[in-house]
Amino acid sequence: MQLTRKSLEYRRDTLRWIKHAGAGHTGGSLSCLDILNVLYNRILRVSPQTFTSSTRDRYVQSKGHSVEALFVVLAEQGYFHESELETLCQYQSHFVGHPTRKIPGVEQNTGALGHGLPICTGMAIGAKMDNADFRVFTLLGDGEIAEGSNWEAAMAASHYKLDNLTAIVDCNTLQISGRTSDVMNNEPLAEKFEAFGWAVKTVDGHDLTALTEALEKPLVLGKPSAIIARTTKGKGVSFMEDVGKWHHGVPNDDEYARALAEINTALAALKEDSL
Amino acid sequence: MSAPAPSMYSNAAKAMAAQLGLTQGRANLEVFAETLQQLATQDSRLTAVTSDSRGSGKLGPYSQALPKQIVEVGIAEQNLVGIAAGLASVGKNVFAVSPACFLTARSFEQIKNDVAYSDNHVTLVGISAGVSYGALGTTHHSLHDFAALRAVNNMTIVAPADNFEAIESVKASAASNSPVYLRFGKAPLYDLPKHADFILGKARTIREGNDAAFIATGETVIHALLAAAHLEQSTGLQCRVISMPSIKPLDTAAILAAAAECKAVVTVEEHMVNGGLGEACAAVIAQSAFKPILKICGIPDEYTVTGSQADIFSHYGISMEGLAKTMQTILSV
Repeated sequence: MQLTRKSLEYRRDTLRWIKHAGAGHTGGSLSCLDILNVLYNRILRVSPQTFTSSTRDRYVQSKGHSVEALFVVLAEQGYFHESELETLCQYQSHFVGHPTRKIPGVEQNTGALGHGLPICTGMAIGAKMDNADFRVFTLLGDGEIAEGSNWEAAMAASHYKLDNLTAIVDCNTLQISGRTSDVMNNEPLAEKFEAFGWAVKTVDGHDLTALTEALEKPLVLGKPSAIIARTTKGKGVSFMEDVGKWHHGVPNDDEYARALAEINTALAALKEDSL
Repeated sequence: MSAPAPSMYSNAAKAMAAQLGLTQGRANLEVFAETLQQLATQDSRLTAVTSDSRGSGKLGPYSQALPKQIVEVGIAEQNLVGIAAGLASVGKNVFAVSPACFLTARSFEQIKNDVAYSDNHVTLVGISAGVSYGALGTTHHSLHDFAALRAVNNMTIVAPADNFEAIESVKASAASNSPVYLRFGKAPLYDLPKHADFILGKARTIREGNDAAFIATGETVIHALLAAAHLEQSTGLQCRVISMPSIKPLDTAAILAAAAECKAVVTVEEHMVNGGLGEACAAVIAQSAFKPILKICGIPDEYTVTGSQADIFSHYGISMEGLAKTMQTILSV
């Protein structure tokens, strides 16, 4: 299926399940969906059938609050039936509001920020120790970059020359209290990673071709890769885009209808020859 | 090998140890490192992870012999535990080794989430635990670790009392498939008279007796044993001595048996009295039909007096004389 179509359908389904659950991290899920789309459909060598293989590629979603995006993609990939998402955040559901290993396809339990990169650093060191060729990916939020544990791991990943490790930063420039640049400025972010010894590439985080090119192989042999993905929080729904309140805003009935209408219009406008 | 620090045992306590035929062992930290190296030699998956702690963890020989089975993360304890979790998740049998004071405080969230909640089989090794660092002060003491980790689901907590318990706990952790916290001191220890029956989660009865019971853990067990022997000679009291290496899971049957059969129970630990072994035993006993006299011995809720581990033990009554006196006081004998 076309990647562009998948991105739109993932957005539609993410809004659907957030609306159904009455809770969710809407803006950040929409900002990272194109990244997840490329990872799961073009990059990661993992499937429901190979998820228990020791040589599978690993993806750990460090920005665990964007779990709805992850669940929607995992359902579409066949890890579980999407109808199971009807229980999202409901009493006694396995579908908690952050990733847990109770859900097929989830590598590690996340939700507290600043944990994914250290864990992935350990995974990548383990792969090197075993001469295994799997790759390890993690997705961080730009607000999350303020957690110091990331920089402990950034130092270690460079020290151990972990070119099998890729960190993607979903730079949507907003966090729960406002602009990341106002709350705690992380710029110049690319230079920070470079100074820590990483290979860095900055891309449009909604450009599926650019993301694919950036992720398809390590940027530089002997260095971990940082992909600074410039994204828009709430991407794909005009009135949610770059508006802070949609960090964990749940659309009301009218907003939901308008959002769906926008996405359905975009789906109808898709051309056969689009990516 | 060095003898126990002179001030840890009074002359009377040393004489009692000799009378009981106790032999002098080594520091648990040393036997941990040796045992780990033996296991790692047989299991190429076994990996030690250190935070500039290979020297203080006595892992110099290990790192020389098995350089491909040790990962250094530098002085970064959060990263130590995160990396350990990641290594475990890709199939390594991981021992993350760091001073207990830093490991269980600085990295607490990584322990709670990355190890316990994600169920990664990491053995967390808290070295120089309790007040092992003595006069280095509160920053270097771990008197909170039992309390903190008891409140973490999916965590086994073990404080070995002597070299035998230390060796067995390392073997049991390596063979386990769930998270474990091991707590080791660095002072040489007497060997307890019993070298059998180590099972994770089970108490070990070191001395029989039905008048009163000491339930002790870690490096305080020897003092409880000496106190029990002293009490028998001085008062005729027959005190049971239970070594409780496993703080979690807790051997409630052994606690309830002591509560049912003995008039008094004295718990002893190298930990703050808040949230440790004593309060765990108290909760078990208070929810039972048994009402023995109960006394919790440990470090009170204060910044400890300055001194060596021996000084601090002695100051707070964790000694043969101190524990015997406590037992006599609560029993009015």
